[in-house]
Amino acid sequence: MQHRIPVETLGKEGEVMAHAIEACVHCGFCLPTCPTYLVLQEEMDSPRGRIFLMKEVLEGSLPLEEALPYLDRCLACQACVTACPSGVPYGELIATFRLHTEKERHRYPLERVYRLGLLRTLPYPERFRPLAELGVRLKPLLKPLPLPKPLKAPLALLPDRLPEKETYQEVYPAKGERRARVGILLGCAQQVLRPSINRATIRVLQENGVEVVAAKEQVCCGALNLHAGDKEGAKRLARQNLQVFRDVDFVVTNAAGCGSGMKEYPLLFLGEPEEEEAKALAAKVKDLTVLLDELGFLPPPPPKRPLRVAYHDACHLAHAQGVREPPRRLLKAAGVEVLEPREWEICCGSAGTYNLFQPEIAEALGRRKAENLKATEPDLVVTGNIGCLTQIRAYLDQGIPVLHTAELLELLYDGKDPVD
Amino acid sequence: MGFLEELKALFPPGRVLTREAELAPYESDALTAYRKRPLAVVLPERKEEVVEAVRLCHRYGVPFVARGSGTSLSGGSLPVEGGLVIALNRMNRILRLDPKARIAVVEPGVVNLEVSRAAAPYGLYYAPDPSSQPISTIGGNVAFNSGGAHCLKYGMTAGHVLALEAVTPEGEVVRLGGEGLEGVGPDLAGFFVGTEGLLGVALEITLRLLPKPEAYHTLLAAYGSLEAAGNAVSQVIRSRLLPGAMEIMDRLAIEAAEAAVKAGYPQAEALLIVELEGPKEEVEEEAKLLAQVIQESGATEVRIAQSEAERQAIWKGRKAAFSAVGRLSPDYIVQDGVVPRSRLGEALKEIGRLSQEYGLRVANVFHAGDGNLHPLVLYDGKKPGELERAEELAGEILKLCVRLGGSLTGEHGIGVEKKGYMPEMFATEDLLAMERVKEALDPKGLANRGKVLPEPGGRPGLEEVHG
Repeated sequence: MQHRIPVETLGKEGEVMAHAIEACVHCGFCLPTCPTYLVLQEEMDSPRGRIFLMKEVLEGSLPLEEALPYLDRCLACQACVTACPSGVPYGELIATFRLHTEKERHRYPLERVYRLGLLRTLPYPERFRPLAELGVRLKPLLKPLPLPKPLKAPLALLPDRLPEKETYQEVYPAKGERRARVGILLGCAQQVLRPSINRATIRVLQENGVEVVAAKEQVCCGALNLHAGDKEGAKRLARQNLQVFRDVDFVVTNAAGCGSGMKEYPLLFLGEPEEEEAKALAAKVKDLTVLLDELGFLPPPPPKRPLRVAYHDACHLAHAQGVREPPRRLLKAAGVEVLEPREWEICCGSAGTYNLFQPEIAEALGRRKAENLKATEPDLVVTGNIGCLTQIRAYLDQGIPVLHTAELLELLYDGKDPVD
Repeated sequence: MGFLEELKALFPPGRVLTREAELAPYESDALTAYRKRPLAVVLPERKEEVVEAVRLCHRYGVPFVARGSGTSLSGGSLPVEGGLVIALNRMNRILRLDPKARIAVVEPGVVNLEVSRAAAPYGLYYAPDPSSQPISTIGGNVAFNSGGAHCLKYGMTAGHVLALEAVTPEGEVVRLGGEGLEGVGPDLAGFFVGTEGLLGVALEITLRLLPKPEAYHTLLAAYGSLEAAGNAVSQVIRSRLLPGAMEIMDRLAIEAAEAAVKAGYPQAEALLIVELEGPKEEVEEEAKLLAQVIQESGATEVRIAQSEAERQAIWKGRKAAFSAVGRLSPDYIVQDGVVPRSRLGEALKEIGRLSQEYGLRVANVFHAGDGNLHPLVLYDGKKPGELERAEELAGEILKLCVRLGGSLTGEHGIGVEKKGYMPEMFATEDLLAMERVKEALDPKGLANRGKVLPEPGGRPGLEEVHG
């Protein structure tokens, strides 16, 4: 698409954005895969509509404030990237645009406090834990009250009981012959809300002859800050991780958003001294399932009875990282039946903190996803991301367990029935 | 009250869009060289609301454009400045699906592929398959009489629309056609299909469904030249086979499609896709004959899809080819001329020569079986004068098609892009007759104003349309 963006004055960020806009031919192949377009059926809430809006803002012919409601509604799920025949790097475009415009945008005082509150607590387990504990305790009291949505939404996503705090060894030895040595990214909110995912990940890696280093100095990947337009916050976190993971063969992630967040480090340090190092780290980042698939998976003993497992593609695995086959291959090798829900490409509405900022659309998408999953008549649902897991849990029948891929595999290594 | 106030009174809040950020994304369809900002966009959810909007437009003399998914490659859903866009996307319900009668009654905003999805449990499908079928709406398909790869065997949209309810530009609601295949009197539903929104807006469409073929046989043949592939098409037809589809892609298009969807195409100057479909035994017999014909046609490599997944990959590549060309060039114009099948080779050679003469690359992807060419003229709009040169080259290709006894358009429509070339194909008397039909049904000239019919005095100035 033609544009008149003053690339010269916008620097490296300008080049990235202009390149993406040029590549768009406005054909509309993105429309049927865009979650907000499915719900709202209007052009400004579609990928090509948003590209048009970003173009107009960058050209200076549309005030930023006018375009923001539609740009803010984008989940950045990147389903459009998978669908796009002309190769528009939409993920890079929207992330860069958000970073680029954060300084200019006006936020209401309450909104600013809420956003800052999230950005200053969620990525830091030691800060988030007391807050989550408080939330869990207040939940039964607050639930019947007519709270504003921004408070109601996070409460609804909290579990009824917070798991015990997990402490980590520095190194977990491989079982049998060592086939690889990897660092594990422990994540932020996940550590507090569901430590069993990290535990299971480490266990599954060990079973596969992988030595796991759980470096103490590591911090949150910064994806939350990056996608909320908080560049400096994201950079601070990323710099620390660049140091921490320098000496391992691979960095294993077990949350889709963290994996793609670390792969976006080069975007964060565009044109800065750390850019090269960021690229090197990004190349080492692998989702748990990809690492095992490439290494040659040593499957657990088959389940004692047939298991029907609906696999939910997390957007930041399937679309942002292009990972769809490895988790399926692992599950099949583990002897379970893998079921394919309709609309696999459509986001469940979790999308990082999206369900906190856009609760209405998130709810519509959550319900839709739960219906599609239920229609496969599964014994359980499996996915590779804690955000999706929490969101799906909130909308799916309570009788159907929702597990992380690693959690299911761990149960199978232990010879346990995952549905009990 | 003025027009906008009355319109806003008719619709709940949020369904009349007038803010700048709401209008901007509706400025273009899939032909972005043309842009026009409408006065407002309205999002009806029921057919009564469409009728009310059209009646209001008629009362105030405000031009309107009905819009589906905005995938037109001829600027067919380009807004009229100061006019209303009626966006029908929320009218996306399949109202009735009768597997016994093999019909589906749908609203205009239903996406083409959704009809086949809904019919699949009954072993039925909707045959016309434009490459935009996962996106484009039945309303748009009706307006442009859309074709697609498989129209070689099954014909265009017009052959699959049994009945229509439509609102005329004066706000009258009419029902055309009936649910059976045989009707009394002239085929008025057939008359409405392909009029590009000039005669009104379809509100409800009754579609014919077909039983899904029992078996497919999809063959991919590589050739050393585009002409060799073109000749192979004639040989297949001469052998008395009637494949479901026969498609050709040239080197540029193959490269682009491969980069986009990794369909696993062989590298070649030209690729021919032939798909046989029907009862299992019949397809098996035909496949033997096809293998023989292709072997004699000088193919350098032949592959057969071994699974449904492989077949889907072949088609995915072909259907993504237009958009994928966006990887090769920042801008392009897609042409849609038709030539008699027997003159395909001649036409392709001349297109190659024109491409050289103008110094612009032309990629070719086309429905070879019915002579429907889709040359993509690649250009860079940032270079001064290049758009104009590309349009001139595209025009030469259109004239060539008419000269060879073909047509300006096979399925994308005239829209705003090709209206200047109508006199190449039609005599003044023909054009006047068309205008009289338009005037009789739309005396104020409101429905999709500025499309199809050339302005008096011929081609509009570029500065006028590029806005």
